[in-house]
This record gives sequence, C-alpha cells and structure tokens, in this order.
Amino acid sequence: MKAAFAALLCGALFGVGLAIARMTDPLVVIGFLDVFGDFDPTLAFVLIGATMTTAVAFHFVTQRARPIVAAEFQLPATRMIDLPLVLGAAIFGVGWGLAGYCPGPALVGAGAGTLTALLFLPAMIVGSIAHRLVAARFSGRKKSPEILGSQS
Amino acid sequence: MSSWFVALFGGVLIGLSATGLLLFNGRIAGISGIVNGLTRRSSGAEWAWRAAFITGLVGAGGLTMHLLHQATASPARLPVLLLAGALVGFGTSLGGGCTSGHGVCGLGRFSLRSLVAVLTFMACAIVTVLLTHHVFGGAA
Repeated sequence: MKAAFAALLCGALFGVGLAIARMTDPLVVIGFLDVFGDFDPTLAFVLIGATMTTAVAFHFVTQRARPIVAAEFQLPATRMIDLPLVLGAAIFGVGWGLAGYCPGPALVGAGAGTLTALLFLPAMIVGSIAHRLVAARFSGRKKSPEILGSQS
Repeated sequence: MSSWFVALFGGVLIGLSATGLLLFNGRIAGISGIVNGLTRRSSGAEWAWRAAFITGLVGAGGLTMHLLHQATASPARLPVLLLAGALVGFGTSLGGGCTSGHGVCGLGRFSLRSLVAVLTFMACAIVTVLLTHHVFGGAA
C-alpha cells in the first residue's frame, strides 16, 4: 500500500515534469529531431535537466542498503550490448520520429484527452505484446533468451 | 521565464521523479517497462505499484497539460500514427527501454548499454524526421 502510494506520487511528478517541459507536444519533439531543418533545442534542456539530476541523486540513493518502502533495489542486471538492444532502439527511434510520441508523453497526452495520443497508445501496447509473442516463440525454438531483452 | 529554463526545470522534475521511485520503491522509472509489466501476469503488489505510477502519470500529467492550455496533437496521419505506435511498442520491448528507462535513468547510472540505446534511437529518429519532412516532402 505504501509502495503503491509512493509510486502514485512519483508518477504524478513525472507527468507534471513532462507537461511543463513540453515533451508532451509532438511538434516540440519533432522540432528537436529536425536537426537538418527547423531545429528546436527545447528537448535538449529537458534531457540535460533530467539526466544531471539522476546522475547526482542516483549515486546517493544507491549507497543506501535498501529502498524506503521495498525490500531491495531492482536494477537492470544485463550490461550486454547486443543485437536486440540496438535493433529495438532503432525500431523505437523510427516510431518516435514518425509520430513525435514516446511512451510517457503518449500516456500523458491520452490523459489530457488528445485524440492522436489516444490512438497511438493501443497501437503501442499491441506492438509490445506482439514482440513478447515473437520472443516467446523464438526462445522456444532456438533457446535464445537474449532476444527477449530486459525490461528496464 | 525563457523557454529553455522552463524545459530545464521540467527535466529536473522528471529526474526527481525517477529518483523518488528508486529511493522509495527501488525501481527504475522506465515507462515502457512499467507499462509492459501491466500486460503480463504478476503478483498483486507488483501490479499495484505499476498501476499506481501510471495512474499518477496520466492523471497529473493530463491535468497539467490542461492547466497550461496544451492541446497539441501529433502531425502524423492515422495510418502513420498507428504504425508509429506499433514500432514504439515493439522496439521498446525488444530494446528493453525508452527515453525514460535508457535515457533519464540509464544515462544517470552511467550505463554503457543505455548510452548505446540512446544514441541509436536518437540517430534513427533524426533520420526518420529528415526523410519524412525533407527528402519525401510534407509531414508524415
């Protein structure tokens, strides 16, 4: 219960941050990606603000023995740079560039009732389930767990 | 306030949220991973924190968009929008993260794996915008 409440507040802060940063506006996102055209640097400041904060704060948080309302830290264990990582990132990048939505802003846009986000979201969930079905089949036949990728 | 300062401030809030989730719940704030966890079988507590995070994100984020009078839609036409959604879902599941998991959290952990992912999806997104907006003309 405490864990769910903490997660609720963190999710709320994340959503407020995305909206204030205007990362929820696909035109701002596409403007940032349009480096050979009408480049809009806004998103660079969002990414700098976010990663500088985590780079400093994560260092202190991970020195604790355990989190406040959970038994242990669950950090991604895999460090492998493999084909699924690069291929998955590439496929994600193409989708991101086409619509200007990545998962977080699409969720927030759907919360605001933006039609394009409401249409994008079910397609995104279908895409992730499709990958899982393909991965399950692949691993069943070839016993290749790395194609499954890790969830971070 | 200038727009870059507002963007920086928004970014810091996102970073603080990711810090909070790690500090309290011991988890990485990767939106694609959190959503993916909701569509698979898991224990009640595991499902609950994920659902709570997404509820806060959608509710407070959507409300903030309204308060700031943001109602900007994606310029992509319907078939492109659906294709983009499917690619984002498939790609983030295969690559194990998106802008938040590999970007905000992975870079903050100085993960080389995440840096490779971020550089790859940035490059592919930039090339996609170049192709759809300049080479083949008109918005996708």
